[in-house]
Amino acid sequence: MTELTAPRTTRSTWRAIAQKLGSDAVYTEELTGTPATRFLRHVVLLGLGLFMMYPLLWMLSASFKPSGDVFSDTGLIPAATDWSNYGTGWNALEHGFQLYLFNSLLLAVANIVGNVFSCSITAYVFARLRFRGRRLMFALTLATMLLPSHVVLIPQYVVFSKLGWINTYLPLIVPAFLATNAFFVFLLVQFMRALPMELQDAAKIDGCGAIRTYWSVIMPLTVPALATVSIFTFIASWNEFFGPLLYLTDQKLFTVPLALRQFIAAEGSSAWGPMFAMSVLSLLPVIGFFFIGQRYLINGIATTGMK
Amino acid sequence: MATLTAPPRPRTSAALSEPSRRRRSAGQDNAAYVMLIPWVIGMLFTLIPFGVSLYLAFTDYNLLQPAEFVGWDNFVAFVNDPKAMTAAEVTLRYTFIAVPISLVAALGVALLLNRGVRGLKFYRSAFYLPSLIGASVAIVMLWRSIFGFDGIVNGFLARFGIEGPSWTSDPSWALVTLITLSVWGFGAAMVIFLAGLRQIPRMYYEAASVDGATPVRQFVSITLPLLSPVLFFNLVLGLIGSLQTFTQAYVFSGGTGGPADSTLFFNLYLYQQGFQQFDMGYASALAWVMFVVIAIFTAINFLVSTYWVFYND
Repeated sequence: MTELTAPRTTRSTWRAIAQKLGSDAVYTEELTGTPATRFLRHVVLLGLGLFMMYPLLWMLSASFKPSGDVFSDTGLIPAATDWSNYGTGWNALEHGFQLYLFNSLLLAVANIVGNVFSCSITAYVFARLRFRGRRLMFALTLATMLLPSHVVLIPQYVVFSKLGWINTYLPLIVPAFLATNAFFVFLLVQFMRALPMELQDAAKIDGCGAIRTYWSVIMPLTVPALATVSIFTFIASWNEFFGPLLYLTDQKLFTVPLALRQFIAAEGSSAWGPMFAMSVLSLLPVIGFFFIGQRYLINGIATTGMK
Repeated sequence: MATLTAPPRPRTSAALSEPSRRRRSAGQDNAAYVMLIPWVIGMLFTLIPFGVSLYLAFTDYNLLQPAEFVGWDNFVAFVNDPKAMTAAEVTLRYTFIAVPISLVAALGVALLLNRGVRGLKFYRSAFYLPSLIGASVAIVMLWRSIFGFDGIVNGFLARFGIEGPSWTSDPSWALVTLITLSVWGFGAAMVIFLAGLRQIPRMYYEAASVDGATPVRQFVSITLPLLSPVLFFNLVLGLIGSLQTFTQAYVFSGGTGGPADSTLFFNLYLYQQGFQQFDMGYASALAWVMFVVIAIFTAINFLVSTYWVFYND
């Protein structure tokens, strides 16, 4: 009997916590104010939302306008539609845009894999194991969050260049495998600390060592937080401009942001239509990921912001 | 359970469990250290460069020849470098305008959304999305276009009979363009505020309104104190992030910091010195100036926070 009921209790405890952390927290919401003030609130919010979205809508519309019309035709619905912007932009540089999309995707995937494994194993050690120097090491990790990245930039660049890693993806990938993102370590520590300790005790009784416990017990339960880490990593890596600018000079290796930058430098300000077309393409994956995973993003930043 | 642990003979069980616990914890220590290997390498790869850059700040170094010790020369050069002073001024002005406006906007919208609005998730997404893409090349270029002389911003102003300036090429307006871009991304702070507001027990407000407190009074006496840790968190991260702005300035000005150095952010100048002039000693000195300034700001923030941040534990 006990053997059967014990795991079930831990599982339901876990589920309660997972619901609290992983799902959109359950708020009992009462609508306050009179109907008039509620209506006014919607007017303000809708107005502001539209105001903020307008530049994006304008860009989408501009990507379908002939370059000459971009600034003269101010309406959101193009007077004349020019579908060729996408084709022109796609082939405007030395390589087709598919190469830059592929490069960016490759870097994003490598960074996700690196961050998920290295940050979660580090967070597991800080959150669930007791050992000498734990507090100091964790404090050190948090302190690096406040460290401006440029203060370590030049020596790191020197090391990478001595290793012959300039013009390779290694400087943009390897740090992700070394748990260098303190923000993610912190986020995962917060999440793992909330998991019931009995889980670990049960695993220990079953003869699991620390590594096995991490892999078979804690990792699977941390999936919601790992989703947060993955989506944040994807967006950050996809947008990343400075690292590729510094380490990549060969056009074959360019990522989407570098290609866009190159496009602007090469075409000047004449090819507005194709530029906006490629801008729209460069933003679509981020916006797509945002809509798929915004629950995880919002819970993620709310968790780290709180404590 | 009870049957398993039944008649405990204290002395024996203590004698048995003592060494085994010690052995187990030693084993756990080792496992912990093994699992920390990636972290240790990563940490060394941060801490050693941190020290080395301090050393390089006192040298003349261009990556090809060995670094040559020059004492305080780089820092003397910094103080006498009008471009560096401009860069510091641009960065500080941007930070001190953009961060407060963003925080006020974030808090204001969070308060509006917190009052039980239908469609909360829709609004939250619409306000949050810009903060994720605000520093991308595409959006910075978009900003340049909409603030161009014949862009939609001036088109909008013209409807009210205002003739807008040439935002992107007039040195006195270029930075304003980037400030608006920064404020556009207030959503990240807003989501954190919103989560903080949810933590405030509703009964405080109920008690206050029973006592006849006005909404303004409730905001000042309940919301602000209980939200102050979140406000502090957003302020510290906002300042640190804003002082390190790079991509926006680089893309906006094509890497020059123009027009007339009006968007020459500190990190952009550092990049120019270190990676275009290859004056890496001087760039390291600039990096350390940046580090010290950020450390001072953060320290002041933490000191002052004891007077206004309220922890309800």
